[in-house]
Amino acid sequence: MKLISTFLIGLLFGAGIVISGMGNPAKVLNFFDIAGSWDPSLIFVMGGALITTFIGYRLVLARPRPVFESKFSVPSNTTIDARLIGGSAIFGLGWGIAGFCPGGALPVMGTGRWEVLLFVGALIVGIVGTRIAVKALSAPQARSA
Amino acid sequence: MFETAFTPITALIGGVLIGLSAVLFMALHGRIAGATGILAGILMPNSLHERLTRGLFLLGMITAPLAYLLVTGAMPAVQVPVSAGFMVASGVLVGIGVTLANGCTSGHGVCGMARLSLRSIAATMTFMIVTFATVFVLRHVLGA
Repeated sequence: MKLISTFLIGLLFGAGIVISGMGNPAKVLNFFDIAGSWDPSLIFVMGGALITTFIGYRLVLARPRPVFESKFSVPSNTTIDARLIGGSAIFGLGWGIAGFCPGGALPVMGTGRWEVLLFVGALIVGIVGTRIAVKALSAPQARSA
Repeated sequence: MFETAFTPITALIGGVLIGLSAVLFMALHGRIAGATGILAGILMPNSLHERLTRGLFLLGMITAPLAYLLVTGAMPAVQVPVSAGFMVASGVLVGIGVTLANGCTSGHGVCGMARLSLRSIAATMTFMIVTFATVFVLRHVLGA
């Protein structure tokens, strides 16, 4: 049940992405192009997702624990630092170039389109490369030992 | 560049489904449904169990276009208005950015904002402003 539910929740997420148009880079870029071919649809995607999650989390997080786990794993990090802001800015730059965010691109891999696979390949290089670089920079002693 | 139609109804329905997915993932598994966390958990997992569960989440995501095809008779529209080089540059930058920021549109923009996390609100405002600025510069200053 636990594993099947994970698959179905992923399917629900993906369905939301393809129905809303978040998996279509042209639509996403047009949302950000207020001075040009503006398509305000994404306000409704973000609004619908945010309101649903806001209400749902209030109900869910009032419960003692999740159904399949012993506790909720909610991020406790509250620091707003250069890494968060700089990382978000780099993400915004990348998002503005091609119109794909990770949540938009991953489901539409299922269309088999080569452009999507190219983007996700580059995304993986960026994620793994950064993880390795951060680990190497934060623990130089451990690596030389 | 492609013109796209304003589709508030399907946008809202899709948004609500994304929200329901986030709520169910928290209710059943106690976790934030962020695409960055899902992908990173498959590539560099802390445990085999993490890779398995995130892998099933991803499999569900990838099944969505096929489900859409079965219901509507057509694949969802994926219009790519930029070159292959731009796709690669964008993918690498997005990968670096979401790893440093520990989240993207789903993790910070939906789940974090819904928790009223100041960290997520700061992240979301930053990437939204930079994305608006990037699209403006590329389309209206550089004319790409």
